[in-house]
Amino acid sequence: MIEVKDLHFTYSTGLEALKGINLTVEDGEFLAVMGQNGAGKTTLVKHFNGLLKPTTGEVLVDGVNTRDVSVAKLARNVGFVFQNPDHQLFSETVEEEVAFALKNFGFEKDVIEKQTDWALTLLDISQYRNTSPFMLSGGERKRVALASILAWDPKVIIMDEPTIGQDHLQKENLQQFIMQLNSQKKTVVVVTHDVEFVAECNPRVVLMSQGKILAEGIAEEVLTDPKLVAQASIVPPQIAQIFLGLADLGLPTNVIDVHEAAKILLNRLRERQ
Amino acid sequence: MANQTLAVIETRDLKYTYPGATNPSIKDVSITINKSDFIILTGPSGCGKTTLCRCFNGLVPHFYNGTLEGEITVAGLNVAEHKIHELARHVGLVFQNPENQLFALSVEKDVAFGLENSAMPRDEMRKRVDWALQMTGISELSERPPHELSGGQQQRVAIASVLAMQPDIMILDEPTSFLDPVGAEKIFEVINELNKKLGITIILVEHRLDLAAKYANKVIVMNKGSVALSGTPREIFMSEEARLIGVGIPKATKLYQHLKKHGLSLKSVPVTTEETVKLLREALKHD
Repeated sequence: MIEVKDLHFTYSTGLEALKGINLTVEDGEFLAVMGQNGAGKTTLVKHFNGLLKPTTGEVLVDGVNTRDVSVAKLARNVGFVFQNPDHQLFSETVEEEVAFALKNFGFEKDVIEKQTDWALTLLDISQYRNTSPFMLSGGERKRVALASILAWDPKVIIMDEPTIGQDHLQKENLQQFIMQLNSQKKTVVVVTHDVEFVAECNPRVVLMSQGKILAEGIAEEVLTDPKLVAQASIVPPQIAQIFLGLADLGLPTNVIDVHEAAKILLNRLRERQ
Repeated sequence: MANQTLAVIETRDLKYTYPGATNPSIKDVSITINKSDFIILTGPSGCGKTTLCRCFNGLVPHFYNGTLEGEITVAGLNVAEHKIHELARHVGLVFQNPENQLFALSVEKDVAFGLENSAMPRDEMRKRVDWALQMTGISELSERPPHELSGGQQQRVAIASVLAMQPDIMILDEPTSFLDPVGAEKIFEVINELNKKLGITIILVEHRLDLAAKYANKVIVMNKGSVALSGTPREIFMSEEARLIGVGIPKATKLYQHLKKHGLSLKSVPVTTEETVKLLREALKHD
């Protein structure tokens, strides 16, 4: 469990990025942190694995204050996948990259091999095993970065903008893959402004603006409130926009799923006949 | 032929292989892009979109070398016979991440950079820079350092820098993927204005078709190095092949398909939110 208590964070430049955040992330939860560019989303989640330490307030991971432990120690439980994979990758081959942390954590050789193979296959990059990560496309490098974190099987996985540069099928795969992690009781925290992606995954949403939490709740509620989403510089998912446009017909306005939308519309037609 | 005078990009059986590669990255590409087209170029990662765009501004073959076969003409110039700087006068390129494109100490210096290199008189340069800033809606930011701006503002600076060169064709490679949805919409609107008001031909490389479809008159879908499909956004979204290739269909069109499967046919195929709302209103009233 991650507990954030009255967290304030000011960068050395004087920029006050977080202004009093209170938040609990439960074990096994799937959480999306959303909001405009510069809202403080990445700054917040960097506190979850101790990459940043609070200016004031505190962050507890499984009851341990992040001030009291090293990032290396926290990383065993909390994996962080960066927005820009180039901030993370450095090895000469994809395989070495994925095996790197496992070696560092001191796993046995056969475990390293098994976990590396598993992660490479899972992310569909085993064909690049012997390729330099820097020869790959942006989307592929992102998958290498993700594989290198998943390989050591952390309890909590934080992904910063995982859908950027991914095509539609890769996004679907990513979605299934997050669902799968989540069903294995992993805690997944995603920082994103991809509303359609969130609408399909339907996680709990934390909406941020200017260093504060504007709202939190299920995606269906938060993303269908036009005032709230406007404050966070995002737009409701397309299905929600359609239902908001039909609000005067007495249809529900908290719809984000296309199947549910079709069902509601068909029912309405039947009632009228 | 009459419509050939309108073509700004024409390729015939274009094929390109990077140096050292065994297989071509693009092959059998025969397309015509007309003046003032707003094209969305899409397809799965690794399908050859980026390579094709590199042919449009001559980076392929002049910078990357390799083997170019077939024909390609851009703004009337045979790409194989003209250097990158000649093509650059006609073709502007905007990258995914504006941070990779901006480097000057102020917005106006960044926007003026390309012009300084072309030895333009100072007055003329001033006019061009002001015009480009105005067209992209960032006149008030002209003195600011680009690195202090938001991602959306930076992307507008990058677009203004390219616009200042007054290109005939602008290629934008996923220009909004780092931006929040409101920032992304503003960028698409700026691009749309350049297309509709100035007649600049737009080639937008994009995965998120739901956001961009309403501005485009044509979608080109690439798959495995070749052009798999080409048509209006509506045609592409309704195509079974596009779905199988993995083109992201907007939720509005998906809703249409679901309703149709269960016996409710809307009068036409919606692509945008507004169209869907209108069609649903009609359907719910009539029945």
